[in-house]
Amino acid sequence: MPELLSASRRDFLKSLGGGMLVLVTLEQESLAQESGRSHRRPASNPPPQDVAAWLHIDQNGAVTAFTGKVEVGQNIRTSLPQAIADELHVQPGSIRLVMGDTALTPWDMGTFGSRTTPTMAPQLRAAAAAMREQLLTIAAKKWSVDRASLTLADGYVLQPASGRKAGYGEFASAADWTKVLCANSEITPPSERQYSGRSLSKLNARELVSGRHQFTSDMKRPGMLYGRVLRPPSFGAQLLSADTTAAAAIPNVTVVHESDFIGVAAPNEFIADKSLDAIKAQWREKSQIYAKDLFSYLKANPENGETGEHDTTAALPDTHAAKNLQSTYAVAYIAHVPLEPRAAVAEWQGSRLTVWTGTQVPFGVRSELAEAFQLTEENVRVIVPDTGAAYGGKHTGECAIEAARLAKAAGRPVKLVWTRQEEFTWAYFRPAGVIEVRSGVANDGTLTSWDFHNYNSGSSGLESPYRCPSSRARFHPTKYPLRQGSYRGLAATANHFARESHIDELALAVGMDPLAFRLKNLQNDRVRAVLEAAAGRFGWDKSKPTPTRGYGLSCGMEKGSYFACCAEISVTPNRQIRVDRVVEAFECGAIVNPRQLENQVEGAIIMGLGGALFEAIDFANGRILNPRLGKYPVPRFSDLPAVEVVLLDRRDLPSAGAGETPIMGIAPAIANGLFQATGVRVRSMPIQPAFQSGV
Amino acid sequence: MDFVVNGERRSVDTDPERLLLFVLRNELDLTGAKYGCGEGQCGACTVLIDSKPVRSCQLSIGAVAGKEITTIEGLSDGDRLHPVQQAFIDSDAMQCGYCTSGMILSSVALLRTNPAASDADIKKVLQGNICRCGTYRRIIAAVRTQAKKGGGHPHA
Repeated sequence: MPELLSASRRDFLKSLGGGMLVLVTLEQESLAQESGRSHRRPASNPPPQDVAAWLHIDQNGAVTAFTGKVEVGQNIRTSLPQAIADELHVQPGSIRLVMGDTALTPWDMGTFGSRTTPTMAPQLRAAAAAMREQLLTIAAKKWSVDRASLTLADGYVLQPASGRKAGYGEFASAADWTKVLCANSEITPPSERQYSGRSLSKLNARELVSGRHQFTSDMKRPGMLYGRVLRPPSFGAQLLSADTTAAAAIPNVTVVHESDFIGVAAPNEFIADKSLDAIKAQWREKSQIYAKDLFSYLKANPENGETGEHDTTAALPDTHAAKNLQSTYAVAYIAHVPLEPRAAVAEWQGSRLTVWTGTQVPFGVRSELAEAFQLTEENVRVIVPDTGAAYGGKHTGECAIEAARLAKAAGRPVKLVWTRQEEFTWAYFRPAGVIEVRSGVANDGTLTSWDFHNYNSGSSGLESPYRCPSSRARFHPTKYPLRQGSYRGLAATANHFARESHIDELALAVGMDPLAFRLKNLQNDRVRAVLEAAAGRFGWDKSKPTPTRGYGLSCGMEKGSYFACCAEISVTPNRQIRVDRVVEAFECGAIVNPRQLENQVEGAIIMGLGGALFEAIDFANGRILNPRLGKYPVPRFSDLPAVEVVLLDRRDLPSAGAGETPIMGIAPAIANGLFQATGVRVRSMPIQPAFQSGV
Repeated sequence: MDFVVNGERRSVDTDPERLLLFVLRNELDLTGAKYGCGEGQCGACTVLIDSKPVRSCQLSIGAVAGKEITTIEGLSDGDRLHPVQQAFIDSDAMQCGYCTSGMILSSVALLRTNPAASDADIKKVLQGNICRCGTYRRIIAAVRTQAKKGGGHPHA
């Protein structure tokens, strides 16, 4: 076991003071997790492939689990203890879960790709199961009784026949036992689980409703200063000269000017702002493209690295088709807008650096910091307090690096919280894209060919659930004008928008009902099941459109989960689209926490509605033109449709993640409903401005 | 600068132009009110002044001298949550929880003036508060449970 652990981790385990410890070795599969393109691991710091998770019981019976995953609103601070509790027979609320701390938790690639539930939960579950078995063994030996006569409940070992009872701590102290196991040990089957499968409120809900939870942006360290960073007027602008004398003359202000970086650290946010304003800088800007030219730019600037998926054959053109269609779809750049912007608190002790920051990739940010300051990773600690959301938007460590720069120069801890405008401008966006689809269909509604090409937006969700003898789906990387990266669901939202819109177009071409057309061509039974469930609850058969009211549907699969979405939309005389009702059926294997799953699905629908209808980053010549909530609307209470979620619980299947996939159905469902009402086929997201302008 | 925060008289010696949000957070360590946008668009910074919800990122500290301010920290009675706080837990009306303080304070203010608020009333009043995680339906459900009980008076 010890060779699996680095020196600092051995110290840490010693500090646990004995008891029982289980380490779970990392599976290769979880190393192959999917990341957004913004996250790159420097080759100098390859991932240490030691352990994925560990679990400890101390001599008082207190259970602590350690995972490198982080909580950003997706509810794993509650769902992971549920999994441990099932196996170890303790209350979920009694488990302390240490997350996303590079000094305390095992290395982890990051919290993205809906991987926590399918990979981390089974690993912790396996550790808890091993611990349970060991507790029984020790107890049987200590009491000199038959192991089979013992049971476990609520943190106690019991012998029902004799009434004998003792807490886990009694056996943990006798043990000083460590074990390494592979994640695939015997675990409790879904049907016999005590906590998973049941609704449970967030374990830290009290902290959230009382304002007691400390987000990174809420933290304060002794002697801490407040940072601000000077930003260029446009992307790629070069700093020619800067006069920082007035700022440096303000008492207690540290000004940092290192090559293109200028920042200040001040005793409070007010003085920090004033100091920043006092800096005069000249920049050389470069000419850049405008939003109106985005889609032609993407098509005109191919890059290498094309990836193909799910090619059955490239036998095109299609000679079996009665009808051939060709359509082009587009998606705009959009912003994540996590309500807590990027934030970091950096603190140096000699050449050791600690940074608290809201990121999905604590170990990646540690690497970024180590590289930026020429430190070994052992001398950098990144701690991630539960964060005010991320949605794929917090994979990177730029704010952490800036805070650490300022703290180093000031010789004091520094907190840096990006302004909303900075978050809108200097973070990264969901990639824009152009998607071209060519297809063929027989008169009886059989799909005969499918040729699908995504430019720039990404390869996620290229896989079609429809049977087709001649099928090709490709992702074509291109040059792109704005910084882009991961986003909840990655490109699967764009690819579902194009595919599910196009499927409706094909249904229309052969005069078939969109539901019947899908059911005829679907080859995936799990998609079929959610589609039938959603259509049934929605009352698809009874939905009769009018010129101002339409009904649209969509379905699909991604990351091991399955969705179907039905939307009822109406159109006002001034061409405003309103989504009145949404029914989404969702299936992700065995459900862990039904009410919180429903919460995720609802939330994804609402967030997806923004990108579907009205969110778009406007830009020109290296500037973001709408970097404020006043100019970039996100869904509000007034946008809320009646939402019904139908959950299909497959107790016979492993649990998949659910934080991303439910966002994918709403955009095509709206576009299809809009067409049904108005006869206008909008092929770009966001839909509202395109519909308004009659594109 | 003198004012009353959560029932306590507080005095802060600082520039009167500073924004209330940052004085609460950085000088008084009351971090329940959050920075979300800095332009009064998201409601994460909501506090109550003389029982009315205000955007503390839009108010200078000089403008609130002598006023009575309630932040989320002042809503519960020790460990006893305000009924609206409890309702947010019971309705699972949050995901990341960053908007929650502002949502709860706006809801408390609504229920004080309109104890039997309808769903339409709730949506109208909370229109200025953003939950990017999209838990709006649950927030309405949480506030509705209190409206049905006649306004969620504390510790009733």
